[in-house]
Amino acid sequence: MAPPVAASLPVAIDIRGWGWRHAGRSTWAIRDLDLTIHPGERVLLLGPSGAGKSTILRALAGVLGGDDDGDSTGEIRVGGVAPNAARGCAGLVLQDPDAGVILARVGDDVAFGCENIGVPRDEIWHRVTSALDAVGLAVPLAAPTSALSGGQKQRLALAGVLAMQPGLLLLDEPTANLDPGGVVEVRDAVSAVLESTGATFIVIEHRVDVWKDLVDRVIVLAPDGGILADGSPEEILVTHAAALSESGVWVPGFAPERHSRTARTDNATLLAAHELAVERVRGTIVQSGISVDVRAGRTLCVTGPNGVGKSTLGLTLAGLIAPAGGRLTATELSRGIDPRPIRWTSRELLTRIGTVFQSPEHQFLAGTVRDELSIGPNALGLSDLERTARVDELLTRLRLDHLAMANPFTLSGGEMRRLSVATALATRPRVLVLDEPTFGQDARTWRELVSLLGELTTDGSAIVAMTHDSDFVATLADSELRLAASSESIGPTVVAR
Amino acid sequence: MSAVLTPVRGSQAVYRLNPVAKLAASAIISVALVLSIDWVSASVALAAEAILFLWAGLGVKRFFLRTLVVWIAAPLSAVTILLYGRPSGATYVQFFLVEISDGSIELAAATMLRVLAIALPAVVLFATVDPTDLADGLAQVAKLPSRFVLGALAGLRLVGLFMDDWRYLELARRARGVADTGRLRRFAGQAFALLVLSIRRGSTLATAMEARGFGAHTERTWARPSRLTAGDAVLIVLACAVAASAVTISVVTGHWNFIGAQ
Repeated sequence: MAPPVAASLPVAIDIRGWGWRHAGRSTWAIRDLDLTIHPGERVLLLGPSGAGKSTILRALAGVLGGDDDGDSTGEIRVGGVAPNAARGCAGLVLQDPDAGVILARVGDDVAFGCENIGVPRDEIWHRVTSALDAVGLAVPLAAPTSALSGGQKQRLALAGVLAMQPGLLLLDEPTANLDPGGVVEVRDAVSAVLESTGATFIVIEHRVDVWKDLVDRVIVLAPDGGILADGSPEEILVTHAAALSESGVWVPGFAPERHSRTARTDNATLLAAHELAVERVRGTIVQSGISVDVRAGRTLCVTGPNGVGKSTLGLTLAGLIAPAGGRLTATELSRGIDPRPIRWTSRELLTRIGTVFQSPEHQFLAGTVRDELSIGPNALGLSDLERTARVDELLTRLRLDHLAMANPFTLSGGEMRRLSVATALATRPRVLVLDEPTFGQDARTWRELVSLLGELTTDGSAIVAMTHDSDFVATLADSELRLAASSESIGPTVVAR
Repeated sequence: MSAVLTPVRGSQAVYRLNPVAKLAASAIISVALVLSIDWVSASVALAAEAILFLWAGLGVKRFFLRTLVVWIAAPLSAVTILLYGRPSGATYVQFFLVEISDGSIELAAATMLRVLAIALPAVVLFATVDPTDLADGLAQVAKLPSRFVLGALAGLRLVGLFMDDWRYLELARRARGVADTGRLRRFAGQAFALLVLSIRRGSTLATAMEARGFGAHTERTWARPSRLTAGDAVLIVLACAVAASAVTISVVTGHWNFIGAQ
């Protein structure tokens, strides 16, 4: 067991009639909230997206900003004082592992918070080593932070706040972007830390299973502000199961049904990889010896830990980057043009292979959702009538019609994901390549995506998905391509599901 | 990140020098050399530097790889001066605006040597500077505001992410069917998209930094001490010696050509 980090005392939280409105918005993100949390309590905070969960955590951490950033009502007390004055007393870890890394070396990064709150130099390095021990991150202090995996980066961020010895630990979906191994790493590290410090703890997470044994209280926010339910995990998760599930929370015991499909006779090979090697940077091959077929009406899932080359393989299969070795041919799709997808023009790619990127921000080009969906059909030179028909159909099908005139960058995570899938579908490609389509999505978006992709295969499209999500694989995959780190002796293996 | 941006690491004395001293050393040489345009002062400085480079902590291959840009830029600037520099003395070639004369030949040689004498030590000294150590030095030794220095340091880490972003933006445009024509317009759109992404990343980074107490009212401490040592003094003395000998020899031999004197 790691040596305990001597913590400041667990703090109490007192929220009275508190509300917050972001600058420039007409509606309140959160309003009239009354909440008391006792020192040392461990709370799981649930609620539909947009209920203001993250806003509460940021307010408690004192990083919500001042009068320029928004208006507030009521008051918040952390350990009896205003959060801004108590900065350093609360430690916050955010969802995106990359966002939490501040400096280039592991030791310096962990020390950063201590420096800011004025801890003496000798004391800092003691705290740094014991914080790294406590989260189980056994790397040299001089190790570059850029080389860490997602799970390691989150544990680094945790060590960074831990070294500040906060009496309140706040986690905002800390495991949403991690592979299953990373999720367990982070959860266990948090568990060990709470065991030794007894700090007050609040976590936001859609996937209740991960945290339910660690917390002793569950608070559910109502969509329109206020508190919907508050009590012990057993009580809340059972009595409110239906409402929670509807608002996107992964209620324990959730068992996805395997997508049923009508047996198809036409399973033509649309893409054929033979001894394929892929590289992201020229000369650095990340995976090689991949032989796999992508077939019409079938779903191929590519799995493996973070950083193993799944995305690179996806981009190669999608005809976006050139293979480093071996062959990738699409004879059935090419119909008179070069059978190698990388040789196709951008326009020729449209009706053949569609790609959905891991972060939707990279692929948005237009100022409104409607224009965004029209880009592909425009590039194909479709008639106005045909284009409008396709766009309208997708807007309705993916529940984006009320957002048709909204800017794609202002959408919520789930809406962005639906839009990014819709943009690819607008040109009706025979093959759809998706990179981590369910990353960070709540249960409702997850169900919608899975049923949509299921329908596409029934209609004869081929799906290729890079994913960590074992539920997704269990529900949709016809075959699974498992990638292992090149340091391991096992090569890529294809498993039928 | 590319090999040109990442610091070289090693165990020689030069790696232990304070980045602020390195900054000062290259500034001293630059200031002395920009005061005049003559080939003597630049040659003297370059000759002295060439000897000192033996202790620069870079192998021969690394040295030329890092300074490649300088070796390309110096002759290019010389050619420009050669063709368009102020003519004087005998003229050899004349064609439209181009005029090569004794004067422009001398000026070209002086310019090339000067670019080398100023840029080589700067590049070589900075090749062994770690950005974190530089930030520590700027805040603790040069007493620059810590908010500014640390903000810049943390922002520097995002450069690597921007490179990835750019690549993804490019691939995404191919996937969206708009990458066949309008290269210039696409570039502009992509640059704007990168700007939007970088603002988002920047504000997330600011939140993460604040969440670790950055900008708290308490006095900040420094986990890594940064102070000047005897070695740093030696470096500064060497830089002064290079600058002084270059100026002295140039003045004594009558080649000194003060930049404001003409």
